[in-house]
Amino acid sequence: MAWESIDRRTPVFAEDAEPVLSEGVKQKIRAFFDRYETKRAALLPALHVVQNTYGHVSYQAMSEIAELLEIPPSAVLDTLTFYTHFWDHPKGRKVIVACRSLSCQLMGSEAVLKTLKEELEIDEHGTTEDGQYSLLTEECLAQCDDAPCLLIDEKMHKRIKPESVKKLLSDAKNNEIGDHRSDLFDPPSEPAADTNGEIEKTSDVQEMKES
Amino acid sequence: MAKFEPVLLKNLGVEGSRTLKVYRSRGGYAAAEKVIKEMTPDTVIESVKASGLRGRGGAGFPAGMKWSFLPPERKVTYFCINADESEPGTYCNRVLMENDPHQLLEGILIAGFATKTTVAYIYMRVEFHEQFHIMQTALDEAYKAGLFGKKIFGTDLSMECYIHRGAGAYVCGEETGLIESLEGKRGWPRIKPPFPAIEGVFQKPTVVNNVETLCCLPHIFERGVDWFKSIGTENSTGPKLYTISGPVKRPSCFEAPLGITCRDLIFGDDFGQGMLDGRKVKGCIPGGLSVGVLTEAELDCKLDFDDVRNYGLLGLGTAGAIVIPDDADIRQVLANIARFYSSESCGQCTQCREGTNWMYKIALRIALGAGRISDLDLIENITNNMGMMPGLSICGLPDGAAFPIRTIVQKFRGEFEDHIRRQDPGYTKTVLKRLNPAVYELPVLGRRPESLVGQPE
Repeated sequence: MAWESIDRRTPVFAEDAEPVLSEGVKQKIRAFFDRYETKRAALLPALHVVQNTYGHVSYQAMSEIAELLEIPPSAVLDTLTFYTHFWDHPKGRKVIVACRSLSCQLMGSEAVLKTLKEELEIDEHGTTEDGQYSLLTEECLAQCDDAPCLLIDEKMHKRIKPESVKKLLSDAKNNEIGDHRSDLFDPPSEPAADTNGEIEKTSDVQEMKES
Repeated sequence: MAKFEPVLLKNLGVEGSRTLKVYRSRGGYAAAEKVIKEMTPDTVIESVKASGLRGRGGAGFPAGMKWSFLPPERKVTYFCINADESEPGTYCNRVLMENDPHQLLEGILIAGFATKTTVAYIYMRVEFHEQFHIMQTALDEAYKAGLFGKKIFGTDLSMECYIHRGAGAYVCGEETGLIESLEGKRGWPRIKPPFPAIEGVFQKPTVVNNVETLCCLPHIFERGVDWFKSIGTENSTGPKLYTISGPVKRPSCFEAPLGITCRDLIFGDDFGQGMLDGRKVKGCIPGGLSVGVLTEAELDCKLDFDDVRNYGLLGLGTAGAIVIPDDADIRQVLANIARFYSSESCGQCTQCREGTNWMYKIALRIALGAGRISDLDLIENITNNMGMMPGLSICGLPDGAAFPIRTIVQKFRGEFEDHIRRQDPGYTKTVLKRLNPAVYELPVLGRRPESLVGQPE
């Protein structure tokens, strides 16, 4: 019954697409190579990094990952389609994953899900018109003591009541977890985005060298 | 019964329990240091065997025995820590990793020393975001303190440890599925033999152990094998984390010696403290969804590795109890359970892929009010014809599907029949049309094909 949990639309594959992966992302992926015996084993971490950076894994990104890992692109697609957490289509800026397993159902997750759908005016797998939220349901999130629960990006929200859904959704920081986070799977900090003058200089130098 | 002093959860609620400093100040890493400096791998395995520690992941296989299957002549050994906790109703690994990450790392050190591990991978499910950051921070701290890497505790031992994140697949909690996923492939369980101890990750000898099993290790070596054996029952030694969820007053994670009863767990003052809002217990799934269900009359079942089998259950599982209250519709419960397995079946073995799917369709039909009495026999028949126990599948997922569905249909059959008898016949047809429109849109054959003539309709 995998169609219940996976977006089955066929992604578009443009042959003349621009390269997607930046050098920073590639560097992050390469850092995983010495952890494993084969390069293919770095595929799951690579997909995590790419998805965290670009929001989804496009066909172009898949073929570039394949090149980097020295495996056929079909192998990347093969792995990606097995796992429910990877998506080949753009999703909203925040992804809500609601638990629908038995413990949560007994504590009223169905009412919460119904309210979520009404508030966001979308169905499961849908994305709101403003592109803010996507809604998914998944099996047990291992937070059964605080059922019903839902995950917004990385943040776990516990003991949700249908009344509290509206307040939760309007909170701008509802997807942030506290400090003490590891940046292992996070998007690379691109030098261009940094306002530090010194780093900008070095990138200028690199550009000059390349030209 | 005297109040049990928590062992695995002793650092729960201690301020700063996630940091190395606090963990060390409470006696942490002393056991690992003692083991690595004073013992040999063989004596460690012998001690673990003698302690009777059984794997906490669900199957209850003796941990020391598992390690002794490794081939003696080997250059590389991989160690996988199974933190892919996806069984509905189970969250004890999450509690352990959240509150005491260094306890797990110490367990990895001891187990790694005993199995001569070169690289250990913690396979963590991706939904554990906060837990990942906690574990990674703890791991970085341990690396800085020289507890991993080269020359651990100044000896020749060297071991790497990495966290590998999964991507949302229940079947990756199966040990060979986990190994495939670690290699960057689909998490399809492998055919055994060869067992992981001979050919596992990257075709090298591999051990896969659960988080809780490893968390027991530091305490075995800190307090001794005899202390460990004195807890629990004869064949199920040691402390165990029980979790409880559903409408109880205190849904939480508790530590108790193996062998408490299910009734204790729900109504005990130290545990669940009874039901919410005066509800009654209809049934209880005592050990994670896959083990099967106990009725109210069977709540005196002892939760250890052996007694649960007397009640027709698969085993202890992960000891994560889900309490079903009396106001829950048993048909909805069945449909939810069936949906879980049909959506998590990996699709490798035909009878699991199709069987779980058909069970979901039947369960949904019953839940929507279009069931038939014969459906109950049919669903029971399917559960008997899939899985490892009849020898039909690669992994245990279909057995995990068969037990809860079979026990729930058998033990609550009267209730199902009541519901089905009370159904409105006209409504039944509309539901069936909605569930499976294709059947009603097929062209009606003028006459039956000749090959079928003479056979019963």
